[in-house]
Amino acid sequence: MVRLSEYSESERQHLLELPCPHYELTPLVGGLRLAEARVALLSTAGLHRRGDRPFAVGESGYRLIAGETMANDLVMSHISTNFDRTGFQQDLNMVFPLDRLNELAAEGMIGSVAAYHYSFMGATDPTRMEGEARRLSGLLKKDRVNAVLLVPV
Amino acid sequence: MGGLSHYLESEGIATTQISLIREHTEKIKPPRALWVSFPLGRPLGVPNNPEFQRDVLIKALQLLERSTGPVLEDYPEEAGEQEVEAAPLACPVNFANVPSQTTDLETLLVDFHAEIATMQTWYDIARTARNRSTTGVSGLDNEQIGTLFADFLAGKIVDREVHGQKLADILRMAAEDLRASYLEAVSAQPGQSTSPNALANWFWGETFAARVINEIRKRCLDMAVKDMRLAGELLLIPRNQMHRFET
Repeated sequence: MVRLSEYSESERQHLLELPCPHYELTPLVGGLRLAEARVALLSTAGLHRRGDRPFAVGESGYRLIAGETMANDLVMSHISTNFDRTGFQQDLNMVFPLDRLNELAAEGMIGSVAAYHYSFMGATDPTRMEGEARRLSGLLKKDRVNAVLLVPV
Repeated sequence: MGGLSHYLESEGIATTQISLIREHTEKIKPPRALWVSFPLGRPLGVPNNPEFQRDVLIKALQLLERSTGPVLEDYPEEAGEQEVEAAPLACPVNFANVPSQTTDLETLLVDFHAEIATMQTWYDIARTARNRSTTGVSGLDNEQIGTLFADFLAGKIVDREVHGQKLADILRMAAEDLRASYLEAVSAQPGQSTSPNALANWFWGETFAARVINEIRKRCLDMAVKDMRLAGELLLIPRNQMHRFET
């Protein structure tokens, strides 16, 4: 439905010309059994609690989303106006599938769900997020998280 | 997105991700990624379809079991087949005056304020039905947003800060809040299309709110301040809707 080849020419060119960071090597920890995975969500949709600081242009930080946060308390302040938000408006799980993740944990398909989840704002160059991401890994380990699902927008 | 995978994985945490633009993921080479053919903004595919979302989620999570990579797999299904690509959105509000050619700002603002009041009823119904709303980033309700926009267009706002926010930021966030309230209102109608294109075309093509946002965009472009110009150039109207306003 929405392969890059199906966008308009100008939109396709814009997306193709967006700079992507280059990494010489891809790090890879050993695979883990899903039944032993404690999974955290990491969104780049610019999600946060209503009343928390909105994301600003060029911001490289993240916002904390506690697992018990109610759907009605989450808003999106991503600076881009170019992606669909109506899916998120109709169903939080479209960009932040915490209900689905909790269901998989209840069934035993995954080990457990993290106590805390996180959101960055994806319009910022990801290389500028490196410091925050590495600090975040320490918080994830304290929460005994051994697997992260990254969800773009 | 893929960059964050690199950083977390190199710290010893296994990652998997959904990819919306395959070409970007091919360049960034994150450890594990599932490419999906869904529209930007809809990484799980179909709203209010837990079974569909669950399948996408499981396929992304199963990549965690891989210990060699980078892995980039394609999700086999397309979201468009799961929802009705409805024809023109059946708007619950009958705006008698199609705003397409309105050029008189004063008339436009009168129509805009009336539209806000009409949409408010539908928004309240939608909010109650869903027990949820995504508005409130700007901290302003729609009536306050209407006043903010009118004051800005009338040249009454001279401060760089309004309601504790930079002017460029509050204008952008207020425009998103206003759009969210309209789209939440209209998409909650029974039998209504959930197609992103139908909803976007309705808002940008048929509402006075969109016309007012365009007036704000034009005013931002005339300003010397960098963040106001950035808002006008990029952050108020989607690229794929600009054709309506470039006359």
